[in-house]
Amino acid sequence: MNWLSNWSPSWQWFHRLGSPRWFYQTTGRWLPWLSLLAFMLLSTGLLWGLGFAPQDAKQGNSFRIIYLHVPVSFLALAGYYIMAIAGAVGLIWKMKLSYMVMKSAAPIGAALTFLALFTGAIWGKPTWGTYWVWDARVTSMLILLFLYSGVLALQYAFHSNEAGNKAGAILALVGTVNIPIIYKSVDWWYTLHQPATIKFTSAPSMHPDMFQPLLVMILGFYCFYTVALFLFTRAEILRRERKSVWVKELAIARDQA
Amino acid sequence: MASGFSAYLRRDLLLAYRRRGEAASPLIFFIMISTLIPLGITPEATRLAEIAPGIIWVMALLATLLSTDGLFASDYQDGSLEQLLISPQLLAMPVLGKTAAHWIVTGLPLTLTSPLLGVMLSLPAQGYVPMVASLALGTGCLSLIGSVGAALTVSLRKGGLLLSLLVMPLYMPVIIFGSTTVQSAIDGFAWSGPLAILGAMLAASIALCPLAAAGALRLTSVN
Repeated sequence: MNWLSNWSPSWQWFHRLGSPRWFYQTTGRWLPWLSLLAFMLLSTGLLWGLGFAPQDAKQGNSFRIIYLHVPVSFLALAGYYIMAIAGAVGLIWKMKLSYMVMKSAAPIGAALTFLALFTGAIWGKPTWGTYWVWDARVTSMLILLFLYSGVLALQYAFHSNEAGNKAGAILALVGTVNIPIIYKSVDWWYTLHQPATIKFTSAPSMHPDMFQPLLVMILGFYCFYTVALFLFTRAEILRRERKSVWVKELAIARDQA
Repeated sequence: MASGFSAYLRRDLLLAYRRRGEAASPLIFFIMISTLIPLGITPEATRLAEIAPGIIWVMALLATLLSTDGLFASDYQDGSLEQLLISPQLLAMPVLGKTAAHWIVTGLPLTLTSPLLGVMLSLPAQGYVPMVASLALGTGCLSLIGSVGAALTVSLRKGGLLLSLLVMPLYMPVIIFGSTTVQSAIDGFAWSGPLAILGAMLAASIALCPLAAAGALRLTSVN
């Protein structure tokens, strides 16, 4: 890989990214700002969405859970791709940092998927009259939760980090190939088996007054996700690199302070 | 390359033939569990007929899952898997050969006995041909997808339960189209559509699963 870094200076950042120490120090500088940004966006979005956005004509105030449900579902799906891409980078470029990112993305993604299902169930009761429906989207989110839990369980089953990393990455990639197939087949299964009593996909386009706070919430959740991913990855770096000199120095410096 | 495929196909078939009792257990499981359905739900023919396509497919899936565990296990234990890993040829071909042998030993007998279960669960007459066709293609997909899971968990001491956890979500598209094929034939619709999709899934699995399984088998040398 040496020729690559000589070849073009634009590759430098990519190789630097492979160093856990560099990642730890850089994210340490970014974290306060990112957390502040996430906090401001989330509090603005929540206040705006829950307090000031107009009521829905049909659903009344119950629709307001959308400000939690939609961003969480977005990130549950995006998180899987982040995990799979990190795994692929690890397999291809043998970068140990990306495996740490992959391992950290799994529990966050699983928690978000669970939250998406949970908020969906709460929202389903007043609007659909039931907590659970075998709707295409609900079912594919449930399968996504299974995929996440598979990756999680596999990673923890191996004693050596290296084997767990690679196994998790392979499974995440196999899952990535499957997600569009699962989504399409569940969609088709739903249209075949059930009458379309609930139109989940053709919701009326939103009024800007309702949409703008949602956008703020989505941005806020992206920032929050990044903060969470950084925190998990930093903890994982410290755990795996605990024998390296720089982590020991860090611990000593923390002790003296 | 093809020699790796045929050599391992022949070897695994011979091994299965010498251990006939072991190879028969998924089939016996498949037949036995079908007795539980009338006992547990209802012996009434009309109600059984309604659920028969889905039940037969779910049972075929479970029976395949039960046997996937042992796909690489004995090779891993006696060290012949390591010999395979250091051999100079493309690892995916022997893996495909082993998976094909696995299908011939489990998926094919399941497919062939499924009409018998259809009679026991009073499957409507127009459902038999689509069921056999969909099971023939579908159990192939199940064996191939299962081979990835088996390769990932082969070096773990308690891999069996974990394997089903990993593989089950990946099986879901197969069971959807498998039971849809039978159901639409019973309802009097054209059933070539879902069957064609099952065929496409099988083609994609043949191309991709052995590569993923071969990559996963390389892990065993790490652990």
